[in-house]
Amino acid sequence: MSKDNSYQAVMARKNEIMKSSMGLDYEVYRQGELAFDYERMMNDCGFTLEDIIKIQTQTKVGNTPMFELHNLTRAVRKISAPGKGARIFVKDEAANASGSFKARRASISAYVAEKKGYKGLIAATSGNYGAAVASQAAQRGLRCIIVQEVFDSKGIGQPEIVEKGRKCEAFGAEVIKLSVGPELFYYLLLTLEETGYFNASLYTPFGIKGVETLGHELTMQIRSMTGRDPDAVMITHAGGGNLTGTARGLLAAGCQARVIACSVDLSGLHMASDRDFNRKSFTTGHTGFGVPFATWPDRTDVPRNAARSLRYMDDYILVNQGEVFYVTELLAKLEGMERGPAGNTSLTGAVALARELDQDKIIVVQETEYTGAGKHHNSQLSFARKMGIEVRRGNPEEGVNGRSVVIPEHLSQVVGRHQDMEKLRISYLKNAAKQLEPAKWSDLDRKFVAADVKKDLNWLDQALKQI
Amino acid sequence: MNQVKAGTWVEIEKTLLTPDQRAPQVPEDTRHTPYIMKVAGFLTADALYGETVTVKTMSGRLISGTLNVIRPHYTHSFGDTVEELLNIGLGGEL
Repeated sequence: MSKDNSYQAVMARKNEIMKSSMGLDYEVYRQGELAFDYERMMNDCGFTLEDIIKIQTQTKVGNTPMFELHNLTRAVRKISAPGKGARIFVKDEAANASGSFKARRASISAYVAEKKGYKGLIAATSGNYGAAVASQAAQRGLRCIIVQEVFDSKGIGQPEIVEKGRKCEAFGAEVIKLSVGPELFYYLLLTLEETGYFNASLYTPFGIKGVETLGHELTMQIRSMTGRDPDAVMITHAGGGNLTGTARGLLAAGCQARVIACSVDLSGLHMASDRDFNRKSFTTGHTGFGVPFATWPDRTDVPRNAARSLRYMDDYILVNQGEVFYVTELLAKLEGMERGPAGNTSLTGAVALARELDQDKIIVVQETEYTGAGKHHNSQLSFARKMGIEVRRGNPEEGVNGRSVVIPEHLSQVVGRHQDMEKLRISYLKNAAKQLEPAKWSDLDRKFVAADVKKDLNWLDQALKQI
Repeated sequence: MNQVKAGTWVEIEKTLLTPDQRAPQVPEDTRHTPYIMKVAGFLTADALYGETVTVKTMSGRLISGTLNVIRPHYTHSFGDTVEELLNIGLGGEL
């Protein structure tokens, strides 16, 4: 008898499909309605940092250069108050095999899939991660299927996503191109079930452990270049894996730098809207993922998300599309580095933050991504114009998402906006309360929730009075 | 119309979910559209454009759908010149 492949029926088979596609049983980590043993889950995958470095070295991942951006730092100092203007460094993650830090994230899944005898890998992603999985699969002799949201109901593809799909195909992957909608996950499940391939989810412990080397590596590089630790590490934030993995790597290296998230503000646009899909110039690193994933990580394709960003986040800065395009152009003109705009989100946050910090402080921008046709700020702006978006120079704060992109006239207009961390934590608590009313939380649930927002039990008791 | 030979690299299109079968949480504008997939592969038998065909994909799967594009290729580019970018970084910043 053939299986029922309706949306509802496939979603109902989610847990069994997930279990067989990863060989990972999340139930063993369960401690309560909300609580699970996060550290045990992370450690059970059995890889030390040294193991991961070895695995990544096999497939052209890691050991990327660190550069100090002298000219950009000088430009920031020119517009800062006397004595302000921290040193800005960038880790050139575009040098990984697939052109972004996501190679780190895919590397361990590919290794595990090969060891466990899976024939191939599947990932649902519209981004650099697809290219990373395809690149890692190619090197390990595994088949690869990438499931990607590409075009709207008129068949028009977002140029950045079209390019990333092309790159996946360049590495020999089968790319399933889908129209707009959350049913991406439905098709992922169907394909996992049909093929028996390994689910290279972004949110497994393998994915996050792979990024720990990034935090560790950057600490060692800054120590060797400057004789001290960085003061802040700026991380482009979407689903939370980049931040979580990097922050864990910093801790492993004994680095106490502030962990700062940065996203492009896309408020006002709906992520599953057919209309809005092609009226945004960023397909990742934006608030459409960053805020919901920070305030409730367990909304992914795995039962428990290994990317738990509020556990590690000290600050969260938002920048707008125009600010990132301006800084991307500056990176090319002042520093001679042409890199993809989405990866420059954190660079834009660093420019804003550098103005607030003293000149002896060090900010590390922990990634860049490759650029090329489609995946370039000029192609994004040109496309935006074709979609009826106004593009002009001016005060970037005048930009209205979905209607206009306003590129700063001057560096002094790149300011960023600090988010209220307390509000984010309260939002997390409200989401937790939707799962189970706080009066019914066990001691383990309470401890887990407090740790998940980087706070203690006293804070939790006070905060719960507000919701 | 010319027949497309078996083994040709083509793109097929397939409706995965009709509007009434879509996920309950999709927003209003998306709800009225079908959920469509496209995939490229090698045509398994001679066929005409617009016919329902089967392709063998890069992972070796056999998938059926409407023959949509023959020898699909990419046309994305760096876009038209955006003059607003040109004078950034040329003066004032340093």
